[in-house]
Formats: sequence, structure tokens, C-alpha cells
Amino acid sequence: MVNYLIRRVGYALIMVVLVSFVSFAIIELPPGDFLTQKVEQLRARGDRSAEQQVETLRLRYGLDKPFLERYFNWASNFLRGDFGESFEFERPVSEILGARLGYTVILAIATTVLTWALAIPLGVYSAVKQYSPGDQAISVVSFIGLGMPGFLLALIIMYFAIIVFNLEVTGLFSPEFQDAPWSFAKVMDLLGHLWIPALISAVTGIGGLVRIMRGNLLDTLGQPFVEAARARGLKNRTVTWKHAVRIAINPLITILGSDVFPSIIVGSSLVAIVLNLPTIGPVFVDSLRKLDMYLAGTCIVFLTIMLLVGNLVADLLLAWVDPRIRLE
Amino acid sequence: MQINPSPTPTAQAPAGPATDTRETLIEVRDLKVEFNIRGGVVKAVDGLTFDIKRGQTVGIIGESGCGKSVTARAILRMIPKPGKITGGNILYHRRRRLAGHQTAPAETNVIDLTTVDPDGETIRQIRGGEIAMIFQEPMSSLTPVYTAGTHINEAVTLHRLLPVKTLGDQMADKIMQYRHVTREEARDIAVQMLRRVGIPKPEQRVDSYPHQLSGGQRQRVMIAIALSTEPAMLIADEPTTALDVSIEAQILDIMRDLQRTANMAIMFITHNLGVIASMADEIVVMYMGKQVERAGVVDLFYNPKHPYTKALLQSVPKLGPKTGQRLASIEGMVPDPLHLPTGCVFHPRCPAFMPGKCDQIVPRWAEAAPNHWARCLLYEE
Repeated sequence: MVNYLIRRVGYALIMVVLVSFVSFAIIELPPGDFLTQKVEQLRARGDRSAEQQVETLRLRYGLDKPFLERYFNWASNFLRGDFGESFEFERPVSEILGARLGYTVILAIATTVLTWALAIPLGVYSAVKQYSPGDQAISVVSFIGLGMPGFLLALIIMYFAIIVFNLEVTGLFSPEFQDAPWSFAKVMDLLGHLWIPALISAVTGIGGLVRIMRGNLLDTLGQPFVEAARARGLKNRTVTWKHAVRIAINPLITILGSDVFPSIIVGSSLVAIVLNLPTIGPVFVDSLRKLDMYLAGTCIVFLTIMLLVGNLVADLLLAWVDPRIRLE
Repeated sequence: MQINPSPTPTAQAPAGPATDTRETLIEVRDLKVEFNIRGGVVKAVDGLTFDIKRGQTVGIIGESGCGKSVTARAILRMIPKPGKITGGNILYHRRRRLAGHQTAPAETNVIDLTTVDPDGETIRQIRGGEIAMIFQEPMSSLTPVYTAGTHINEAVTLHRLLPVKTLGDQMADKIMQYRHVTREEARDIAVQMLRRVGIPKPEQRVDSYPHQLSGGQRQRVMIAIALSTEPAMLIADEPTTALDVSIEAQILDIMRDLQRTANMAIMFITHNLGVIASMADEIVVMYMGKQVERAGVVDLFYNPKHPYTKALLQSVPKLGPKTGQRLASIEGMVPDPLHLPTGCVFHPRCPAFMPGKCDQIVPRWAEAAPNHWARCLLYEE
């Protein structure tokens, strides 16, 4: 078991290094760099000293150095906890991400809890009452959720919230709490705003999960051990939950790992952009567009780490719940 | 561990094909089960009538799809979805023990299983507790994430009752009081049951997961689960079909042994004539949902009446000197269950086919010889 863990962590480290290098290289690929964009902007404004300013910045950020040297500088500083500086914000990357990390985590947890708390019972109901009107309704809604992108749903909800109900749905705080110090009222305000993005992400996430849960459970309900459990005189509810759902839910654990952990870093960026949420997602998308490489690179590395951690946690969880795949 | 005294002295009558002195446990009367599927109605069981007595083994034989398994599931009210009981009765002579109540052992009441709620409390007490079932697929009949012990505990804590005290010893019938088992007792029972079905090192095996057991061991665990509640009847639905022959023999030995000690009835479903000959007292032969013959085992094997039974018996390969003859097989194919032949369903394949009769007249269920019933026009006037 310990050997297995060490091996998995070892592979994960190699993977992180490879991903960081490749992503760094890919961000470099488009012609020019952040400063060429900046020069264009300054020129357009008619700023004469643009060239000179840019030269000093180029020296400051080390953009004149060759690619490999820059990568190694960044990577070795990364290990010391210095993720570099964002060109765009002219502040350390750690500061920018740190400020947004808390909200991203809260949103990710809220979304996950909501998604799973809704998806599993709905999927189970759908399978147990196959072809009933309830099942049909759930299927229709989950296909809509599967088919509709989250940002579109966000736009629709925003429209109705603002035009019909006169509600404020963007952001995570009301304006009066935006810069206020933390207090009970501010937490309540956060909770009041949190449910909308959480619900939007949940609706789009539920669709797939409901279908997977339904399909798995239908397969499992046809298994001989379910009939055998019924023949022992167990209640239908016990048979369904203790014997069938217990088996059918296993594949979802893998999804949990590869889905939830990365969303702690980036989440659903497009929904966040539409709803103007102070999470990492919008910053990440923006940094890619603006070739803000240290910010983008840091996001990607953390995303990779989270995905790897998520997979490892999912595998360990799976081994915990299913004796068949436990390592002897 | 104390084992409950066997109910009444009459139940221990000597086993034999023609003993009718034992008390009736199950009476199936003109049972009909239909599956309403897209192409029409399949009569999976059509007019089945037989009795099972306490301690008796009744074999049900027939080809795949003849309605054997559906019959078993009808008794437990577990017919898979589009299937429905559309006629007949299943009378169960229930003699039960109740936790916390005082029960005289001979108290028997008759309930019709076709009318009970298939999800209700009554049938759930009967399932596993009074009528237990073991299945064809031992490899997948245990839930993969629970140990053998967990499975047995589940049945035992639901159904098994232990005697607390005996009241009125002087009376003709002892009045017993029972209670449910505790968690520790359930585990003891689990270990004890695993030992009884011949699983080595039961104290360790009780904590084994299904994937750590072989197919034969899993079927032994299934038998241990079924018998741990001391049921009045065991339904064995092709329990050895998926096992190899040496394991099959061991499993059958265990079942015979346990039946003798527990005075339990067995409804043994199989298509293996060799197995049924060694197990059953009485045999019901089914073909396309209909019962074509019923007789004691010796009578049936030495003096079969129905042409289908005769053909079935001839198609069993025999050991012995080479005769040069080809192995007999039954002519033709099993008919489409949606379009059954008119008259006797077996007439297109029957060697004794009488044109103008068999394809027009539906044969009645009639006694062809004393205590030997058949559904064939050869035995009708």
C-alpha cells in the first residue's frame, strides 16, 4: 500500500513537470509576447516613450532571455513558492490567485454538494421507476442540462432575475458588502448570492451524473445478487440502497475525483465570467488571451496537481469502498 | 447453540415416493402466469397443479424456457416485470413462530400467496424466512462488497428466532416463546452454518468477500444463507448448473444431508435428469408452461406415460458397451411461445402423434395410473 502510494506520487511529480513545461511552451507559441501587445496599446494612445518603457519592462521580466532559461528560472522559483509576477496586474501571481482562491473553493464545494445531493437521488429514482412519468421528466430535464452550456443558462437566469424579479445575481456580494470587513451579515450575504452560480453549475453537471447513475443502477438491478437479496426477505428500499446503489455508485467516485478537485482551481470559467464572480476562472482565461505567462502557467500547474490529487483520492476511495480492487 | 425441536412427530415420516402421510406445505392449483410483451401474451405457466409436503423433495424438470423458474418466482411473488399471475392459487400452509408471542407449534393457517402484496410485510417474512431460494448463478448471487458473514447475518437477523422459554411442559403441545437473535449470535450462527455446508476454516471464511471464494464455495454460502433461517422449504433453481460435476455432487450431498436433519421441503428445479433422479421424491415435468406429467420418481423413470417424458429420458446418454446407435433426440424445435400449436402443445414433435386428435383437442390433466398424472390424449377416452 505504501509502495503503491509512493509510486503514484512519483508518477504524479513527473507528470506535473511535463505538463508545466509543455504548457509553458504552448503559451509561448503565438507570435509576440505580452509586451508586444502593450506596445501596440501605448502606440495607439500616442505614447512616444512606449519603446523605451517596454525595453525596461522586458529586462525586468527577463523576456529577453532564451525560452529554456526562462522556464527553468520560473520552475525553480515555483518550487520556492514564488510563482512569478503577472504582467497584466503588475503584482505577484500568488497574491492575485490567493485573493480569489477562497471564493473558488467555496463555490466548488457548494456546487459539488448541490450537484451530488440532487443527482444521486434523482438517478436512483429514475432507475427504480424506469419509464414512469417521473423518470421521463427527469430524463428530459437532464438532457437539457447536458445539452445547454452553463454560460447560456447563466445568461437566461440573469435575464429573468433582473427583468422579472428585479434581483441582483452577479458577483458574490451585494455592493455594500463588497469591501466591508468579514461579519455575520457578510457571510449571510455571500450565502444569498452563492446559490445562483452553484445552482447553474449544478444543473449543467447534474444531467450527466443522473444519466450515468440511472444506467449503472439499471444494470445492477438486473444482477442476480439483487434478486437474491430480495429473496432473503429484505425491504425493497434496503435492496435498492444497500445492495444495488452501493455497487452502481462506484464509477461515480472516479468522476468525483477527476471533476471536483480541478474545479477547486478553475471551476466553470464561463459561468464565472458571465456572473462576474471573483474566482480564479475568469483570471485564468484572461491571462491566456493576454499571454500573461506566469499567471497562466501557475494556473495550469495547479490545475494539473489538483487533477492528479483528485485521481489519486478517487482511486483510494474506490479501493476503500470496493473490496474487489483493494491491493492485497 | 440450541436448535429448535422439530415441529411434530408426524413430519418425520420416512421419505419415499408414495408416502402421502406427510402434511401438505404448498398447494399449487391451476397456476397461470402471463407475460404481456410487445409481440403478444406469453403464457409462461399455464395450469400448473402440484403439492409439496413438509420434508418432501419435488423436482421440476423441463427444457429452458418451459416455465420452471417462473413457477419458483411465482411462489415467492418475485416474477420479473411484465409477468403477472393471472389465475390459480398458491396455498401455503403456514406454521410460524413469532417473536415475543407464545405460539403452539402445531398452529397452521393457510394463506393464498397469489393474493398477498408482493412488496408487503407478509411475503417478506416468508421470503428467506419460511421459503428460501438459491439460484443458478453462484458467481454473481452474492453482493460483491459484502462478506459471506454479512450476507448470512442479513437473513438471520431478519428471520431467525431463538427459543426463550418453554411454557406448560405438561401439555400435549409445547408452547414456545421466541426472540430475535443479537448481532453476536448472528455471527455465531453464520460461522456454524458455514461449517455445516462444509466450508473449511469457517471462522476466517465468514469474513471473506465473494471474489475470494470459488464458485462451489459461493454456492455453499448461498445454501448457508438459505438454511440459516431454518425455512420450511428451499427452492433450488438449477443450483448446480454452473458448477463442475464433482462440486455438483458435493453440493447435492449437502442439500440432502441438511434436508434430512431439518425436515425441510425442497422444490428442485433442473433440466438435469441425473440430478433429479438422485434428489426428488416426486417429479413434475413441464413443457411450454404446461405440466405434462407428474409421478413419483421411480414410477416416472421406469414407467413414463407422456411421450415428451419418454423422449426426454431417451435423450440421456448412457454408459455401457457401444451399441452403435445414435443418441436419441426430440424431433423438431421448441415452438415460438407467442404462437403455440393448437391442441396438445407437444403434437408437432410427438412420436405418438394422432392426426385429427392431438392437433385439435387440448388434453386434460388426468390420472393415467394410480398417483401418476399426465396430460395426454393417449390416456383419455
